[in-house]
Amino acid sequence: MFSADDYRTIILEEARSPQHYGLLKPADLDHEEHNPLCGDQVHLTLRIDPDGIIREVGWEGAGCAISQASTSFFSDHLLGMSLDDARRITREDVLDLIGLPLMPNRQRCALLPLKALLLGLRDTHGWEQVEDSIE
Amino acid sequence: MTAMYDVESVRAQFPILSRAHQSGQPLVYLDNAATSQKPERVIDAMTRYYREYNSNVHRGIHQLSEEATAAYEGARKAVARFINAGSWREVVFTRGTTEALNLVAYAWGRANLGPGDRVVSTVMEHHANIVPWQLLAAERGFDLVFAPLTPTGELDMDALTALVSGGRTRMLTVAHVSNVLGTVNPVAELAELAHKHGALICVDGAQAVSHQPVDVQAMGADFYAFSGHKMCGPTGIGVLYGRRAVLDATPPFMGGGDMIETVALTGSTFVSPPYKFEAGTPSIAEAVGLGEAAAFLEELGREPIQAHVELLTDYATERLSTLPGVSLVGSPRTRSGAVAFTVEGLHAHDVAHWLDMAGIAVRAGHHCAMPLHTSLNLTASSRASVALYTTVAEIDALIDRLALVQKELL
Repeated sequence: MFSADDYRTIILEEARSPQHYGLLKPADLDHEEHNPLCGDQVHLTLRIDPDGIIREVGWEGAGCAISQASTSFFSDHLLGMSLDDARRITREDVLDLIGLPLMPNRQRCALLPLKALLLGLRDTHGWEQVEDSIE
Repeated sequence: MTAMYDVESVRAQFPILSRAHQSGQPLVYLDNAATSQKPERVIDAMTRYYREYNSNVHRGIHQLSEEATAAYEGARKAVARFINAGSWREVVFTRGTTEALNLVAYAWGRANLGPGDRVVSTVMEHHANIVPWQLLAAERGFDLVFAPLTPTGELDMDALTALVSGGRTRMLTVAHVSNVLGTVNPVAELAELAHKHGALICVDGAQAVSHQPVDVQAMGADFYAFSGHKMCGPTGIGVLYGRRAVLDATPPFMGGGDMIETVALTGSTFVSPPYKFEAGTPSIAEAVGLGEAAAFLEELGREPIQAHVELLTDYATERLSTLPGVSLVGSPRTRSGAVAFTVEGLHAHDVAHWLDMAGIAVRAGHHCAMPLHTSLNLTASSRASVALYTTVAEIDALIDRLALVQKELL
Protein backbone atom coordinates (compact mmCIF):
# COMPACT_ATOMS: atom_id res chain seq x y z
CA MET A 1 0.00 0.00 0.00
CA PHE A 2 1.10 3.55 -0.63
CA SER A 3 -0.41 6.97 -0.29
CA ALA A 4 -2.20 9.05 -2.85
CA ASP A 5 0.60 11.58 -2.47
CA ASP A 6 3.23 9.00 -3.43
CA TYR A 7 1.16 7.85 -6.36
CA ARG A 8 0.56 11.38 -7.57
CA THR A 9 4.16 12.54 -7.27
CA ILE A 10 5.88 9.35 -8.43
CA ILE A 11 3.50 7.83 -10.96
CA LEU A 12 1.16 10.47 -12.28
CA GLU A 13 3.71 13.26 -12.61
CA GLU A 14 6.16 10.98 -14.39
CA ALA A 15 3.43 9.73 -16.72
CA ARG A 16 2.33 13.28 -17.49
CA SER A 17 5.81 14.60 -18.23
CA PRO A 18 7.64 11.54 -19.48
CA GLN A 19 11.37 11.38 -20.20
CA HIS A 20 12.69 10.53 -23.66
CA TYR A 21 9.25 10.71 -25.21
CA GLY A 22 9.15 10.55 -29.01
CA LEU A 23 10.21 7.82 -31.39
CA LEU A 24 13.67 7.63 -32.96
CA LYS A 25 13.76 7.20 -36.72
CA PRO A 26 15.73 5.36 -37.86
CA ALA A 27 16.40 3.15 -34.88
CA ASP A 28 18.42 0.00 -34.24
CA LEU A 29 15.61 -1.42 -32.15
CA ASP A 30 11.98 -0.61 -32.87
CA HIS A 31 9.42 -2.68 -31.02
CA GLU A 32 5.85 -2.21 -29.91
CA GLU A 33 4.22 -4.23 -27.13
CA HIS A 34 0.62 -4.43 -25.92
CA ASN A 35 -0.85 -5.67 -22.70
CA PRO A 36 -3.92 -7.56 -23.92
CA LEU A 37 -5.46 -7.34 -20.44
CA CYS A 38 -5.96 -3.59 -20.50
CA GLY A 39 -4.77 -2.35 -23.87
CA ASP A 40 -1.64 -0.63 -22.53
CA GLN A 41 0.81 0.02 -25.32
CA VAL A 42 4.51 0.83 -25.37
CA HIS A 43 6.56 1.53 -28.49
CA LEU A 44 10.28 1.52 -27.72
CA THR A 45 13.08 2.65 -30.05
CA LEU A 46 16.83 2.54 -29.38
CA ARG A 47 19.99 3.62 -31.11
CA ILE A 48 22.81 1.28 -30.23
CA ASP A 49 26.54 1.96 -30.80
CA PRO A 50 28.63 -0.59 -32.70
CA ASP A 51 30.28 -1.31 -29.33
CA GLY A 52 26.91 -2.25 -27.91
CA ILE A 53 26.11 0.84 -25.83
CA ILE A 54 22.57 2.24 -25.88
CA ARG A 55 23.19 5.82 -26.98
CA GLU A 56 19.65 7.09 -27.53
CA VAL A 57 16.26 6.05 -26.26
CA GLY A 58 12.88 7.19 -27.51
CA TRP A 59 9.43 5.87 -26.83
CA GLU A 60 5.74 6.54 -27.18
CA GLY A 61 2.83 4.83 -25.54
CA ALA A 62 -0.72 4.92 -24.30
CA GLY A 63 -2.39 3.38 -21.33
CA CYS A 64 -2.48 3.44 -17.57
CA ALA A 65 -0.24 5.72 -15.56
CA ILE A 66 1.84 2.85 -14.20
CA SER A 67 2.77 1.48 -17.62
CA GLN A 68 3.63 4.95 -18.91
CA ALA A 69 5.54 6.08 -15.81
CA SER A 70 7.43 2.81 -15.70
CA THR A 71 8.45 3.18 -19.34
CA SER A 72 9.62 6.70 -18.66
CA PHE A 73 11.82 5.58 -15.75
CA PHE A 74 12.97 2.58 -17.74
CA SER A 75 13.95 4.67 -20.76
CA ASP A 76 16.22 6.82 -18.65
CA HIS A 77 17.65 3.73 -16.98
CA LEU A 78 18.59 2.27 -20.38
CA LEU A 79 20.45 5.35 -21.58
CA GLY A 80 24.19 4.67 -21.73
CA MET A 81 23.78 1.06 -20.69
CA SER A 82 25.60 -1.76 -22.51
CA LEU A 83 23.52 -4.50 -24.11
CA ASP A 84 25.29 -6.97 -21.84
CA ASP A 85 23.94 -5.11 -18.83
CA ALA A 86 20.53 -4.69 -20.45
CA ARG A 87 20.39 -8.43 -20.87
CA ARG A 88 20.66 -8.82 -17.11
CA ILE A 89 17.82 -6.43 -16.21
CA THR A 90 15.33 -8.32 -14.06
CA ARG A 91 11.67 -7.70 -13.31
CA GLU A 92 12.70 -6.64 -9.83
CA ASP A 93 15.03 -4.00 -11.29
CA VAL A 94 12.15 -2.50 -13.24
CA LEU A 95 9.77 -2.59 -10.28
CA ASP A 96 12.49 -0.95 -8.15
CA LEU A 97 12.61 1.96 -10.58
CA ILE A 98 9.03 2.75 -9.54
CA GLY A 99 9.68 1.89 -5.93
CA LEU A 100 6.04 1.47 -4.94
CA PRO A 101 4.63 -1.95 -4.03
CA LEU A 102 2.38 -3.21 -6.83
CA MET A 103 -0.06 -6.08 -7.02
CA PRO A 104 0.75 -8.76 -9.65
CA ASN A 105 -1.74 -7.41 -12.18
CA ARG A 106 -0.29 -3.92 -11.87
CA GLN A 107 3.22 -5.36 -12.12
CA ARG A 108 2.31 -6.52 -15.61
CA CYS A 109 1.63 -2.90 -16.51
CA ALA A 110 4.97 -1.80 -15.07
CA LEU A 111 6.86 -4.59 -16.85
CA LEU A 112 5.56 -3.74 -20.31
CA PRO A 113 8.69 -1.72 -21.28
CA LEU A 114 10.94 -4.62 -20.23
CA LYS A 115 8.86 -6.88 -22.42
CA ALA A 116 9.24 -4.43 -25.31
CA LEU A 117 13.01 -4.37 -24.81
CA LEU A 118 13.50 -8.10 -24.51
CA LEU A 119 11.18 -9.04 -27.35
CA GLY A 120 12.67 -6.27 -29.47
CA LEU A 121 16.16 -7.59 -28.84
CA ARG A 122 14.96 -11.08 -29.58
CA ASP A 123 13.96 -9.85 -33.04
CA THR A 124 17.04 -7.74 -33.70
CA HIS A 125 19.75 -9.61 -31.82
CA GLY A 126 18.38 -13.12 -31.67
CA TRP A 127 17.95 -13.15 -27.90
CA GLU A 128 16.13 -16.21 -26.70
CA GLN A 129 14.10 -17.41 -23.76
CA VAL A 130 12.87 -14.02 -22.78
CA GLU A 131 9.28 -15.03 -22.01
CA ASP A 132 10.12 -16.50 -18.64
CA SER A 133 11.71 -13.33 -17.38
CA ILE A 134 8.66 -11.19 -18.08
CA GLU A 135 5.64 -13.38 -17.45
CA MET B 1 -36.74 -1.68 -3.11
CA THR B 2 -39.81 -3.86 -3.18
CA ALA B 3 -41.09 -4.98 0.19
CA MET B 4 -40.80 -8.60 -0.92
CA TYR B 5 -37.10 -8.38 -1.61
CA ASP B 6 -34.90 -8.17 1.46
CA VAL B 7 -31.39 -7.62 0.18
CA GLU B 8 -29.81 -8.05 3.61
CA SER B 9 -31.23 -11.53 4.02
CA VAL B 10 -30.01 -12.34 0.50
CA ARG B 11 -26.52 -11.09 1.39
CA ALA B 12 -26.46 -13.19 4.54
CA GLN B 13 -26.50 -16.28 2.32
CA PHE B 14 -23.23 -15.34 0.62
CA PRO B 15 -20.30 -16.08 2.96
CA ILE B 16 -17.76 -14.17 0.86
CA LEU B 17 -19.62 -10.88 1.21
CA SER B 18 -18.56 -10.63 4.86
CA ARG B 19 -14.88 -11.35 4.29
CA ALA B 20 -12.19 -8.84 5.16
CA HIS B 21 -10.41 -6.73 2.56
CA GLN B 22 -6.79 -5.66 2.87
CA SER B 23 -7.88 -2.03 2.91
CA GLY B 24 -9.73 -2.58 6.18
CA GLN B 25 -12.91 -1.45 4.40
CA PRO B 26 -15.83 -3.77 3.78
CA LEU B 27 -15.71 -5.56 0.44
CA VAL B 28 -17.83 -3.83 -2.19
CA TYR B 29 -18.04 -6.34 -5.01
CA LEU B 30 -19.08 -4.64 -8.24
CA ASP B 31 -17.50 -7.07 -10.72
CA ASN B 32 -20.53 -9.30 -11.09
CA ALA B 33 -20.51 -9.22 -14.88
CA ALA B 34 -17.16 -11.03 -14.68
CA THR B 35 -18.40 -13.55 -12.16
CA SER B 36 -20.98 -13.63 -9.40
CA GLN B 37 -20.49 -14.82 -5.84
CA LYS B 38 -21.93 -18.13 -4.62
CA PRO B 39 -24.50 -18.67 -1.89
CA GLU B 40 -23.74 -21.16 0.83
CA ARG B 41 -26.30 -23.66 -0.45
CA VAL B 42 -24.53 -23.93 -3.81
CA ILE B 43 -21.18 -24.49 -2.12
CA ASP B 44 -22.82 -27.03 0.21
CA ALA B 45 -24.50 -28.91 -2.63
CA MET B 46 -21.15 -29.38 -4.34
CA THR B 47 -19.43 -30.40 -1.13
CA ARG B 48 -22.21 -32.88 -0.43
CA TYR B 49 -21.69 -34.49 -3.81
CA TYR B 50 -17.98 -34.99 -3.11
CA ARG B 51 -18.48 -36.12 0.48
CA GLU B 52 -21.47 -38.38 0.04
CA TYR B 53 -22.02 -39.71 -3.48
CA ASN B 54 -19.04 -38.85 -5.69
CA SER B 55 -19.22 -41.26 -8.60
CA ASN B 56 -19.36 -41.26 -12.37
CA VAL B 57 -22.72 -40.79 -14.06
CA HIS B 58 -24.66 -42.91 -16.52
CA ARG B 59 -22.52 -46.04 -16.24
CA GLY B 60 -22.08 -47.50 -12.80
CA ILE B 61 -24.40 -50.24 -11.67
CA HIS B 62 -24.06 -49.26 -8.05
CA GLN B 63 -25.74 -47.01 -5.55
CA LEU B 64 -23.31 -44.11 -5.72
CA SER B 65 -23.52 -43.89 -9.49
CA GLU B 66 -27.30 -44.03 -9.33
CA GLU B 67 -27.30 -41.16 -6.84
CA ALA B 68 -24.80 -39.12 -8.86
CA THR B 69 -26.78 -39.69 -12.07
CA ALA B 70 -30.02 -38.67 -10.36
CA ALA B 71 -28.40 -35.46 -9.08
CA TYR B 72 -26.79 -34.68 -12.44
CA GLU B 73 -30.01 -35.24 -14.37
CA GLY B 74 -32.00 -33.46 -11.66
CA ALA B 75 -29.80 -30.43 -12.26
CA ARG B 76 -30.55 -30.61 -15.97
CA LYS B 77 -34.28 -30.60 -15.25
CA ALA B 78 -33.87 -27.65 -12.86
CA VAL B 79 -32.05 -25.75 -15.61
CA ALA B 80 -34.74 -26.67 -18.16
CA ARG B 81 -37.38 -25.17 -15.85
CA PHE B 82 -35.15 -22.15 -15.20
CA ILE B 83 -35.19 -21.15 -18.88
CA ASN B 84 -38.53 -22.81 -19.73
CA ALA B 85 -37.03 -25.23 -22.22
CA GLY B 86 -39.57 -27.50 -23.91
CA SER B 87 -37.72 -30.57 -22.67
CA TRP B 88 -34.70 -31.52 -20.57
CA ARG B 89 -33.29 -32.99 -23.79
CA GLU B 90 -32.77 -29.44 -25.02
CA VAL B 91 -30.32 -28.65 -22.20
CA VAL B 92 -26.70 -29.48 -23.08
CA PHE B 93 -24.14 -29.04 -20.33
CA THR B 94 -20.93 -27.37 -21.46
CA ARG B 95 -17.94 -25.83 -19.71
CA GLY B 96 -19.45 -22.36 -20.00
CA THR B 97 -20.87 -19.84 -22.43
CA THR B 98 -17.68 -19.83 -24.48
CA GLU B 99 -17.77 -23.57 -25.03
CA ALA B 100 -21.51 -23.42 -25.76
CA LEU B 101 -20.96 -20.81 -28.49
CA ASN B 102 -18.05 -22.80 -29.88
CA LEU B 103 -20.32 -25.84 -29.97
CA VAL B 104 -22.83 -23.91 -32.08
CA ALA B 105 -20.09 -22.73 -34.44
CA TYR B 106 -18.20 -26.00 -34.75
CA ALA B 107 -21.04 -28.51 -34.68
CA TRP B 108 -23.95 -26.65 -36.24
CA GLY B 109 -21.90 -24.13 -38.25
CA ARG B 110 -19.41 -26.54 -39.76
CA ALA B 111 -22.26 -28.70 -41.06
CA ASN B 112 -24.41 -25.87 -42.33
CA LEU B 113 -22.21 -23.00 -43.51
CA GLY B 114 -20.21 -22.56 -46.68
CA PRO B 115 -19.33 -20.05 -49.38
CA GLY B 116 -22.22 -17.70 -50.12
CA ASP B 117 -23.74 -18.13 -46.66
CA ARG B 118 -23.82 -15.34 -44.14
CA VAL B 119 -23.62 -15.13 -40.35
CA VAL B 120 -24.73 -11.84 -38.81
CA SER B 121 -23.44 -10.75 -35.44
CA THR B 122 -23.10 -7.34 -33.78
CA VAL B 123 -20.37 -4.92 -32.75
CA MET B 124 -21.35 -5.21 -29.07
CA GLU B 125 -20.52 -8.92 -28.76
CA HIS B 126 -18.16 -10.49 -26.26
CA HIS B 127 -15.13 -12.08 -27.93
CA ALA B 128 -16.71 -15.49 -27.25
CA ASN B 129 -19.39 -14.67 -29.80
CA ILE B 130 -16.96 -13.28 -32.37
CA VAL B 131 -13.80 -15.37 -32.43
CA PRO B 132 -15.35 -18.86 -32.93
CA TRP B 133 -17.24 -17.50 -35.93
CA GLN B 134 -14.09 -15.87 -37.32
CA LEU B 135 -12.18 -19.13 -36.98
CA LEU B 136 -14.96 -21.05 -38.68
CA ALA B 137 -15.40 -18.41 -41.41
CA ALA B 138 -11.72 -18.81 -42.29
CA GLU B 139 -12.26 -22.55 -42.61
CA ARG B 140 -15.64 -22.62 -44.34
CA GLY B 141 -15.51 -19.45 -46.41
CA PHE B 142 -18.82 -17.93 -45.38
CA ASP B 143 -19.49 -14.24 -44.93
CA LEU B 144 -19.34 -12.90 -41.33
CA VAL B 145 -20.79 -9.43 -40.81
CA PHE B 146 -21.41 -7.27 -37.75
CA ALA B 147 -24.37 -4.97 -37.24
CA PRO B 148 -23.39 -1.49 -36.04
CA LEU B 149 -24.72 0.30 -32.97
CA THR B 150 -26.52 3.58 -32.55
CA PRO B 151 -24.76 6.41 -30.68
CA THR B 152 -26.65 5.40 -27.52
CA GLY B 153 -25.19 1.90 -27.61
CA GLU B 154 -28.20 0.03 -28.91
CA LEU B 155 -28.44 -2.17 -31.97
CA ASP B 156 -29.02 -0.21 -35.15
CA MET B 157 -32.13 -2.16 -36.09
CA ASP B 158 -32.38 -0.76 -39.61
CA ALA B 159 -28.81 -1.73 -40.42
CA LEU B 160 -29.22 -5.10 -38.75
CA THR B 161 -32.43 -5.80 -40.66
CA ALA B 162 -30.68 -4.95 -43.91
CA LEU B 163 -27.82 -7.31 -43.07
CA VAL B 164 -30.12 -10.18 -42.10
CA SER B 165 -32.44 -9.77 -45.08
CA GLY B 166 -29.68 -9.35 -47.67
CA GLY B 167 -27.79 -12.40 -48.84
CA ARG B 168 -28.15 -15.92 -47.56
CA THR B 169 -28.17 -15.30 -43.83
CA ARG B 170 -28.18 -18.61 -42.01
CA MET B 171 -27.50 -17.45 -38.46
CA LEU B 172 -28.01 -14.33 -36.38
CA THR B 173 -25.89 -14.55 -33.23
CA VAL B 174 -26.34 -11.84 -30.65
CA ALA B 175 -25.94 -11.00 -26.98
CA HIS B 176 -29.10 -10.88 -24.89
CA VAL B 177 -27.45 -8.25 -22.65
CA SER B 178 -24.18 -6.45 -23.47
CA ASN B 179 -21.45 -7.08 -20.91
CA VAL B 180 -20.13 -3.53 -21.30
CA LEU B 181 -23.06 -1.29 -22.20
CA GLY B 182 -25.64 -3.24 -20.22
CA THR B 183 -27.93 -2.84 -23.22
CA VAL B 184 -30.82 -5.31 -23.20
CA ASN B 185 -31.43 -6.39 -26.77
CA PRO B 186 -34.92 -7.13 -28.10
CA VAL B 187 -34.19 -10.82 -28.59
CA ALA B 188 -37.77 -11.90 -29.34
CA GLU B 189 -37.99 -9.30 -32.08
CA LEU B 190 -34.58 -10.41 -33.38
CA ALA B 191 -35.69 -14.06 -33.40
CA GLU B 192 -38.72 -13.12 -35.44
CA LEU B 193 -36.53 -11.20 -37.86
CA ALA B 194 -34.10 -14.09 -38.25
CA HIS B 195 -36.83 -16.65 -38.76
CA LYS B 196 -38.64 -14.45 -41.28
CA HIS B 197 -35.50 -14.56 -43.41
CA GLY B 198 -34.93 -18.26 -42.99
CA ALA B 199 -32.09 -17.90 -40.46
CA LEU B 200 -31.62 -19.31 -36.99
CA ILE B 201 -30.89 -17.21 -33.92
CA CYS B 202 -28.25 -17.94 -31.32
CA VAL B 203 -28.43 -15.84 -28.15
CA ASP B 204 -25.51 -15.27 -25.78
CA GLY B 205 -27.36 -15.10 -22.47
CA ALA B 206 -24.32 -14.92 -20.17
CA GLN B 207 -25.25 -11.49 -18.79
CA ALA B 208 -29.00 -12.06 -18.79
CA VAL B 209 -29.97 -15.26 -16.99
CA SER B 210 -29.04 -14.09 -13.50
CA HIS B 211 -30.82 -10.76 -13.83
CA GLN B 212 -34.17 -11.46 -15.49
CA PRO B 213 -36.66 -14.21 -16.26
CA VAL B 214 -35.64 -16.07 -19.42
CA ASP B 215 -38.14 -18.05 -21.47
CA VAL B 216 -36.37 -19.54 -24.47
CA GLN B 217 -39.62 -20.71 -26.04
CA ALA B 218 -41.39 -17.36 -25.77
CA MET B 219 -38.22 -15.69 -27.07
CA GLY B 220 -38.05 -18.03 -30.06
CA ALA B 221 -34.38 -18.86 -29.53
CA ASP B 222 -32.87 -21.70 -31.54
CA PHE B 223 -29.76 -21.66 -29.34
CA TYR B 224 -29.31 -19.94 -25.97
CA ALA B 225 -25.94 -20.06 -24.20
CA PHE B 226 -25.02 -19.15 -20.62
CA SER B 227 -22.57 -19.84 -17.81
CA GLY B 228 -23.10 -21.15 -14.32
CA HIS B 229 -20.61 -18.87 -12.63
CA LYS B 230 -22.37 -15.65 -13.56
CA MET B 231 -25.64 -16.85 -12.02
CA CYS B 232 -24.41 -17.74 -8.52
CA GLY B 233 -23.28 -21.18 -9.64
CA PRO B 234 -19.78 -22.63 -10.01
CA THR B 235 -17.20 -22.15 -12.75
CA GLY B 236 -16.61 -24.98 -15.21
CA ILE B 237 -20.26 -25.49 -16.09
CA GLY B 238 -22.50 -23.80 -18.60
CA VAL B 239 -25.46 -24.54 -20.77
CA LEU B 240 -26.32 -24.62 -24.41
CA TYR B 241 -30.06 -24.70 -24.91
CA GLY B 242 -30.91 -25.91 -28.39
CA ARG B 243 -34.34 -26.38 -29.90
CA ARG B 244 -34.89 -30.13 -30.20
CA ALA B 245 -35.29 -30.21 -33.97
CA VAL B 246 -32.11 -28.17 -34.41
CA LEU B 247 -30.12 -30.33 -31.98
CA ASP B 248 -31.35 -33.49 -33.69
CA ALA B 249 -30.07 -32.20 -37.02
CA THR B 250 -26.73 -31.05 -35.62
CA PRO B 251 -23.77 -33.45 -35.72
CA PRO B 252 -21.74 -34.12 -32.56
CA PHE B 253 -19.24 -31.57 -31.26
CA MET B 254 -16.58 -33.64 -29.49
CA GLY B 255 -16.27 -37.38 -29.70
CA GLY B 256 -15.73 -39.76 -26.82
CA GLY B 257 -17.50 -41.71 -24.14
CA ASP B 258 -21.13 -41.05 -23.17
CA MET B 259 -22.08 -39.63 -26.58
CA ILE B 260 -21.98 -42.87 -28.56
CA GLU B 261 -24.59 -45.51 -29.24
CA THR B 262 -22.25 -48.04 -30.83
CA VAL B 263 -18.61 -47.85 -31.70
CA ALA B 264 -16.98 -50.06 -34.29
CA LEU B 265 -13.59 -49.55 -35.83
CA THR B 266 -15.36 -48.79 -39.10
CA GLY B 267 -17.46 -46.03 -37.58
CA SER B 268 -19.76 -45.03 -34.73
CA THR B 269 -23.36 -44.06 -34.14
CA PHE B 270 -24.48 -41.49 -31.64
CA VAL B 271 -27.11 -41.14 -28.97
CA SER B 272 -29.84 -38.49 -28.90
CA PRO B 273 -29.43 -34.96 -27.54
CA PRO B 274 -28.31 -33.81 -25.07
CA TYR B 275 -25.88 -36.71 -24.63
CA LYS B 276 -24.72 -36.50 -28.23
CA PHE B 277 -23.00 -33.25 -27.24
CA GLU B 278 -21.59 -34.33 -23.88
CA ALA B 279 -18.51 -36.42 -24.59
CA GLY B 280 -16.52 -37.65 -21.64
CA THR B 281 -17.16 -37.48 -17.92
CA PRO B 282 -19.00 -34.21 -17.37
CA SER B 283 -18.50 -31.64 -14.61
CA ILE B 284 -20.78 -33.44 -12.18
CA ALA B 285 -20.26 -31.42 -9.00
CA GLU B 286 -20.51 -28.25 -11.05
CA ALA B 287 -23.76 -29.37 -12.68
CA VAL B 288 -25.16 -30.12 -9.22
CA GLY B 289 -24.07 -26.66 -8.09
CA LEU B 290 -25.66 -25.06 -11.15
CA GLY B 291 -28.95 -26.85 -10.50
CA GLU B 292 -28.86 -25.56 -6.93
CA ALA B 293 -28.12 -22.02 -8.15
CA ALA B 294 -31.09 -22.18 -10.52
CA ALA B 295 -33.33 -23.32 -7.66
CA PHE B 296 -31.94 -20.53 -5.45
CA LEU B 297 -32.76 -17.85 -8.03
CA GLU B 298 -36.21 -19.34 -8.66
CA GLU B 299 -36.99 -19.32 -4.94
CA LEU B 300 -35.93 -15.68 -4.59
CA GLY B 301 -38.11 -14.94 -7.60
CA ARG B 302 -36.86 -13.92 -11.01
CA GLU B 303 -39.09 -10.83 -11.19
CA PRO B 304 -38.05 -9.46 -7.77
CA ILE B 305 -34.40 -10.08 -8.72
CA GLN B 306 -34.93 -8.25 -12.00
CA ALA B 307 -36.58 -5.32 -10.22
CA HIS B 308 -33.70 -5.13 -7.75
CA VAL B 309 -30.96 -5.37 -10.37
CA GLU B 310 -32.58 -2.78 -12.62
CA LEU B 311 -33.15 -0.41 -9.72
CA LEU B 312 -29.49 -0.68 -8.70
CA THR B 313 -28.34 -0.34 -12.32
CA ASP B 314 -30.43 2.79 -12.76
CA TYR B 315 -29.19 4.20 -9.47
CA ALA B 316 -25.54 3.58 -10.41
CA THR B 317 -26.14 5.08 -13.86
CA GLU B 318 -27.76 8.17 -12.42
CA ARG B 319 -25.15 8.79 -9.73
CA LEU B 320 -22.20 8.18 -12.06
CA SER B 321 -23.66 10.55 -14.64
CA THR B 322 -23.76 13.37 -12.09
CA LEU B 323 -20.02 13.11 -11.30
CA PRO B 324 -18.03 15.78 -13.14
CA GLY B 325 -15.33 14.28 -15.35
CA VAL B 326 -17.06 10.90 -15.52
CA SER B 327 -18.53 9.78 -18.85
CA LEU B 328 -20.78 6.78 -19.21
CA VAL B 329 -20.18 4.35 -22.05
CA GLY B 330 -23.49 4.26 -23.92
CA SER B 331 -26.91 5.40 -22.80
CA PRO B 332 -29.31 2.61 -23.77
CA ARG B 333 -32.97 2.92 -22.87
CA THR B 334 -32.92 -0.43 -21.07
CA ARG B 335 -29.74 -1.18 -19.17
CA SER B 336 -29.24 -4.20 -16.98
CA GLY B 337 -26.38 -5.00 -14.65
CA ALA B 338 -23.34 -3.32 -16.16
CA VAL B 339 -22.38 0.35 -16.25
CA ALA B 340 -19.09 1.18 -17.95
CA PHE B 341 -17.51 4.58 -17.59
CA THR B 342 -14.37 6.59 -18.16
CA VAL B 343 -12.82 9.21 -15.88
CA GLU B 344 -11.23 12.21 -17.54
CA GLY B 345 -7.48 12.30 -16.93
CA LEU B 346 -7.30 8.81 -15.42
CA HIS B 347 -6.82 5.51 -17.20
CA ALA B 348 -9.36 2.80 -16.39
CA HIS B 349 -6.68 0.65 -14.83
CA ASP B 350 -5.65 3.40 -12.46
CA VAL B 351 -9.28 4.01 -11.53
CA ALA B 352 -9.80 0.33 -10.71
CA HIS B 353 -6.57 0.27 -8.72
CA TRP B 354 -7.70 3.21 -6.58
CA LEU B 355 -11.13 1.78 -6.04
CA ASP B 356 -9.58 -1.50 -4.95
CA MET B 357 -7.48 0.33 -2.40
CA ALA B 358 -10.78 1.14 -0.69
CA GLY B 359 -12.20 -2.37 -1.04
CA ILE B 360 -14.26 -1.70 -4.17
CA ALA B 361 -13.89 -4.30 -6.93
CA VAL B 362 -14.63 -3.18 -10.49
CA ARG B 363 -13.32 -4.34 -13.84
CA ALA B 364 -10.99 -2.27 -16.01
CA GLY B 365 -9.99 -2.92 -19.58
CA HIS B 366 -11.87 -3.81 -22.72
CA HIS B 367 -14.00 -6.46 -20.97
CA CYS B 368 -13.43 -8.97 -23.78
CA ALA B 369 -15.19 -6.61 -26.17
CA MET B 370 -12.36 -5.00 -28.13
CA PRO B 371 -14.39 -4.31 -31.30
CA LEU B 372 -16.95 -2.44 -29.20
CA HIS B 373 -14.25 -0.32 -27.55
CA THR B 374 -12.61 0.34 -30.91
CA SER B 375 -15.94 1.47 -32.35
CA LEU B 376 -16.28 3.89 -29.42
CA ASN B 377 -12.67 5.11 -29.80
CA LEU B 378 -11.80 3.80 -26.35
CA THR B 379 -8.84 1.63 -25.38
CA ALA B 380 -10.35 0.78 -22.03
CA SER B 381 -13.14 1.59 -19.63
CA SER B 382 -13.98 0.88 -16.01
CA ARG B 383 -17.08 -1.17 -15.36
CA ALA B 384 -19.24 -1.46 -12.28
CA SER B 385 -21.69 -4.33 -12.43
CA VAL B 386 -24.36 -5.13 -9.88
CA ALA B 387 -26.04 -8.33 -8.76
CA LEU B 388 -28.98 -9.48 -6.73
CA TYR B 389 -27.03 -8.79 -3.50
CA THR B 390 -25.77 -5.30 -4.37
CA THR B 391 -26.96 -2.47 -2.13
CA VAL B 392 -27.59 1.23 -2.61
CA ALA B 393 -24.93 1.86 0.06
CA GLU B 394 -22.38 0.03 -2.10
CA ILE B 395 -23.14 2.28 -5.07
CA ASP B 396 -22.80 5.27 -2.76
CA ALA B 397 -19.39 3.95 -1.63
CA LEU B 398 -18.32 3.71 -5.28
CA ILE B 399 -19.40 7.27 -6.01
CA ASP B 400 -17.79 8.71 -2.86
CA ARG B 401 -14.55 6.94 -3.59
CA LEU B 402 -14.53 8.03 -7.23
CA ALA B 403 -15.03 11.62 -6.17
CA LEU B 404 -12.17 11.28 -3.68
CA VAL B 405 -9.88 9.67 -6.25
CA GLN B 406 -10.50 12.56 -8.62
CA LYS B 407 -9.78 15.05 -5.84
CA GLU B 408 -6.59 13.33 -4.71
CA LEU B 409 -5.09 12.38 -8.06
CA LEU B 410 -6.12 15.10 -10.47
